[in-house]
Amino acid sequence: MRRYGVVGRALALALLFVVAALFLVPLLWMISSSLKPDYEIFAVPPQLIPNPPRWANYSEALTFLPFGRYTLNTLVISAVTIVGHLLSCTVVAYAFARLRAPGRDALFLVVLATMMLPYPVTMVPLYILFRALGWINTFLPLTVPAFFGSPLYIFLLRQFFLTLPTDLEDAARIDGANTAQIIWHVILPLSRPALATVAIFTFQASWNDFLAPLIYLQNPQNYTVTLGLQFFRTSYTTNWGYLMAAALITMLPVVIVFLLAQRLFIEGIAMTGGKG
Amino acid sequence: MPRLSASRREALTFYLCISPWLAGLLLFVLGPMLVSLGISFTRWDLLSPPIFVGLRNYERMLGDPLFWQALKVTATYTLLYVPTELVGGLALALLMNQRIPGIVVFRTIFYLPSVISGVAFVVVWMWIFHPEAGLLNVALAQIGVAGPRWLTDPHTALSALWMMSLWGLGRAAVIYLAGLKGVPKELHEAAIIDGANPWQVFRYVTIPLITPTIFFNLVLSMIATFQTFTSAFVATNGGPLDSTLFFVLYLYRQAFERFSMGYAAALAWVLLLIILALTLLVVRFADRWVYYEGTRR
Repeated sequence: MRRYGVVGRALALALLFVVAALFLVPLLWMISSSLKPDYEIFAVPPQLIPNPPRWANYSEALTFLPFGRYTLNTLVISAVTIVGHLLSCTVVAYAFARLRAPGRDALFLVVLATMMLPYPVTMVPLYILFRALGWINTFLPLTVPAFFGSPLYIFLLRQFFLTLPTDLEDAARIDGANTAQIIWHVILPLSRPALATVAIFTFQASWNDFLAPLIYLQNPQNYTVTLGLQFFRTSYTTNWGYLMAAALITMLPVVIVFLLAQRLFIEGIAMTGGKG
Repeated sequence: MPRLSASRREALTFYLCISPWLAGLLLFVLGPMLVSLGISFTRWDLLSPPIFVGLRNYERMLGDPLFWQALKVTATYTLLYVPTELVGGLALALLMNQRIPGIVVFRTIFYLPSVISGVAFVVVWMWIFHPEAGLLNVALAQIGVAGPRWLTDPHTALSALWMMSLWGLGRAAVIYLAGLKGVPKELHEAAIIDGANPWQVFRYVTIPLITPTIFFNLVLSMIATFQTFTSAFVATNGGPLDSTLFFVLYLYRQAFERFSMGYAAALAWVLLLIILALTLLVVRFADRWVYYEGTRR
């Protein structure tokens, strides 16, 4: 290894920096453009650092459309979805991890199979169902299904529960605790990282979701941030400075959550990915 | 007798616990899929009652040039994207697997775009692809190349969407990285002692051991490309000249712009069958190249 060592390592390191720069460029370009006035944005060659930066792009972009309202809508949807996933997936996953019952393994295969089921396949009949229930233009089609579990998170939590030692549960059971008490008092306190992973993945998915809100939310009052951004894009096509500012604001919450909870993100992806 | 009742009680608790999921499966998955099969045999605009038309929706597909176009676009994109994700993602993971201080920062940089997937992601790239002032063509002009009109040229639009998707390679890379971390060091060391060079170690030790991860990424990315919607809807709206008319976009249009629920349901079933067939095909051939420790040899 030593023979190849130094040159190889140096090359790999150089490549690492180049690729990282390539990954950062779109983001820097976006930030730079978001701070440019209209006349500077089409300047060739472009100025990387806008002089002076036009911070007003942000405040002005936000006044064109009620982004505060969109943010609130999206937060409500994400929060309810997170609660729904945590409640349902924990109980279902616990059952699959710990309780013995005839048919359990066959049902778990169904969980795995539906994990791969593409949303577009059920999109049409679900729309018809929710329309019949009068749920169009409400948040219900986006939130209620969360209370019925999600195969991906059931799988993720089950895998996590399987790694927990059973001693504490056995002790609790001997002390007369029932399943609900065991889940609440024994499993949940031990599972904070896994539950946090489910919460942040759900948050990210709700925040970025586009197709479902597009189908169900027609009244601009109910728009989520992604719908708002799309609407903004189609209404102000030529104003790239504003658009970049708006796009940056809409992605900021997810980016912040990611930066704060990076380890959980990466481990969660690795966990669901590595063991499939 | 008490033993039996205890195990019965456990089974009962099990079914009680999974009842939300079971109900969801019936209400939101299996039920709708059966209903959609029924709808696919009808003509239905949601306003008047559905009319039974037998297999006519499926026959219509065969003679529908846009259906074939959507299939062609989606298949082309899959053939373009899946190999790049497999190779590019692995390459990125190898870069991230170096033992240097501060490597976590690079991991953050590579994964960041995957977090912002969605409309914002697409909007950034629409600006990068801008024919006159976009970063890409400005950079190309620096080296004397007149860049194409990317998203508004039918010859380049699909490739542009493909280039855009490379920004999200970090996701696959993180899955690969987990696979790479699982390769025992002793095996590398043994191969080096036996005189293998780094390429040989990679090719004959690392690759075989991470084939399960490669397989998983292959299935995942195939299913994902067949569901491509947001990028096509936002960046090109299927154009120009239907050159980015992805299957799900066509399905969406039939269902929610033309309200041809019957035809859309038929399209959804065809999509499911295609994805199912592809997945089974890949799984069928998996045992030829996927190595599972302890199960074979």
